Amino acid sequence: MSIDKETAARVAHLARIRVKDEALPALAEEFNAILGFIEQLNEVDVEGVEPMTSVTPQRLKRREDVVTDGNQQVKILANAPDAREGFFAVPKVVE
Amino acid sequence: MTDLNKLTIAEARDLLHKGDVTAVELTESCLSAIEGSNALNAFVHNTPEISREQAKAADARLKSGDAPAMCGIPLGIKDLFCTKGVPSQAGSAILEGFKPEYESTITQQLWDNGAVMLGKLNMDEFAMGSSNETSTYGDVVNPWRRGNDDAPLTPGGSSGGSAAAVAADLCLGATGTDTGGSIRQPAAFTGITGIKPTYGRCSRWGVVAFASSLDQAGPMTKSVRDAAIMLEAMAGHDPLDSTSADLPVPNFEAALTGDIKGKKIGIPKEYRMDGMPEEISKLWEDGTAMLKDAGAEIVDISLPHTKYALPAYYVIAPAEASSNLARYDGVRYGHRATLAAGEGIDDMYEKTRAEGFGHEVQRRVMVGTYVLSAGFYDAYYNRARRVRTLIKRDFEQVFAEGVDAILTPATPSAAFGLGEMADADPVQMYLNDVFTVTVNLAGLPGITVPAGLDKQGLPLGLQLIGRPWEEGDLLNVAYALEQAAGFVSKPSKWW
Repeated sequence: MSIDKETAARVAHLARIRVKDEALPALAEEFNAILGFIEQLNEVDVEGVEPMTSVTPQRLKRREDVVTDGNQQVKILANAPDAREGFFAVPKVVE
Repeated sequence: MTDLNKLTIAEARDLLHKGDVTAVELTESCLSAIEGSNALNAFVHNTPEISREQAKAADARLKSGDAPAMCGIPLGIKDLFCTKGVPSQAGSAILEGFKPEYESTITQQLWDNGAVMLGKLNMDEFAMGSSNETSTYGDVVNPWRRGNDDAPLTPGGSSGGSAAAVAADLCLGATGTDTGGSIRQPAAFTGITGIKPTYGRCSRWGVVAFASSLDQAGPMTKSVRDAAIMLEAMAGHDPLDSTSADLPVPNFEAALTGDIKGKKIGIPKEYRMDGMPEEISKLWEDGTAMLKDAGAEIVDISLPHTKYALPAYYVIAPAEASSNLARYDGVRYGHRATLAAGEGIDDMYEKTRAEGFGHEVQRRVMVGTYVLSAGFYDAYYNRARRVRTLIKRDFEQVFAEGVDAILTPATPSAAFGLGEMADADPVQMYLNDVFTVTVNLAGLPGITVPAGLDKQGLPLGLQLIGRPWEEGDLLNVAYALEQAAGFVSKPSKWW
């Protein structure tokens, strides 16, 4: 299927990336080139094949459910563009 | 001694341990080489104070007589690795000013082994690129040129800064990461050695994530022996990375006997692509003959799903990237866009990400968002993961038939000119990884070794692919190939 300008705008919004209106046709064209390339996958017979979840077969390790880390508020906030009173600050979310 | 920066890790280690040179001398030699290398744009954040301090500590440790192999060895670190208190931007404007409060497991292990950090190395933004042209720091320039032609060439990507720095003797070795070929392709373009270990061999903790099921770090070095020494220091189980393998790390250097008699080397017919340049196919044939002469048994093999590796990769990698890069939202670290009056939090996300991400990163995040979106998840993402299972199965079948390693070209061409691919559609650039990307999808170890020069005097590499967890064996085959190829060329210094 072919991606039009509206679909490109919808994807950009889903990805939370602002794309100027005039840039959308070119973006849609790039998507189409990439998706056209990906279409080849439809040639493969995948009947009965499991989707890969882990490339190296292994069980995830388990550990005691206890707190092992924490109390690092200053370090965690150190790189924030806007931190106030021990919190990350963002534009008003709730009216 | 002069030109200490030109030593290999193994040579420097031996001199350091004999007391013939000091880590401080070695480090100073690299620091002055870096100072004169601005034209290459490989080092982007220099850390001379840290280097000098670490070098002094290494000398003390060497004197005490209890120093590991990497003690006193000056290294460059790809910008993708978080290094405490030192800018770590993943080549992106969105992480401008970010100084991690923690150290990646791999770099911590290197410092624990006494290695010296010279600084951070340029790379494609978030490791997305094959030419180091998507970096916020600007292009890296390959120290190699086409004869007397001064047109700047790409060092490859995404570990382009690492490759250029090692090839130009700015450091003795460098860390790289490889999601679809980002260690092996730049290594081939710059005439050095690079190994991507088995997925899970090196911890991903503290390495900025691109596509978590594919990302693996590894060393980029001047020789196979150096790769063995440095990989051993980087590898090992890490409880902070749930996909890190709890397996002992062997002494990889001890595996380098050069004896490959009776080893079965597979030559996959699907890698003989239409329109493959003659120089590449000749190099491949020469490499095959070298391994045969060294006593290996050459067998023709088939990896039937090879053709589908790149398309599967360009679903899986962007899908994982769109999820991983969701964290760059202007809240916790890095860039935040300035908002106009009345703009809310969604405007903040959208403007921040539009300003902070470069074009290629935006494109891949959006492709990933699309293939994961409702209605397309099965058709694209799940299908690609099924194809990935088949690609891995191809390799498993070949290994089950007794093949020890697989020999292929590393890249479809030698290094190309910076800007030469600017007008090509994105898929053309993606084809650079056609020989390397299967290895990431199957989680296998792969290494490239420089094996010759093309007509224009540029290096060409061959790739060897090994069985999972058998990096020692793989390094040994690579060592035999290195010995036989006898590649000793270096770029002549113009920078």
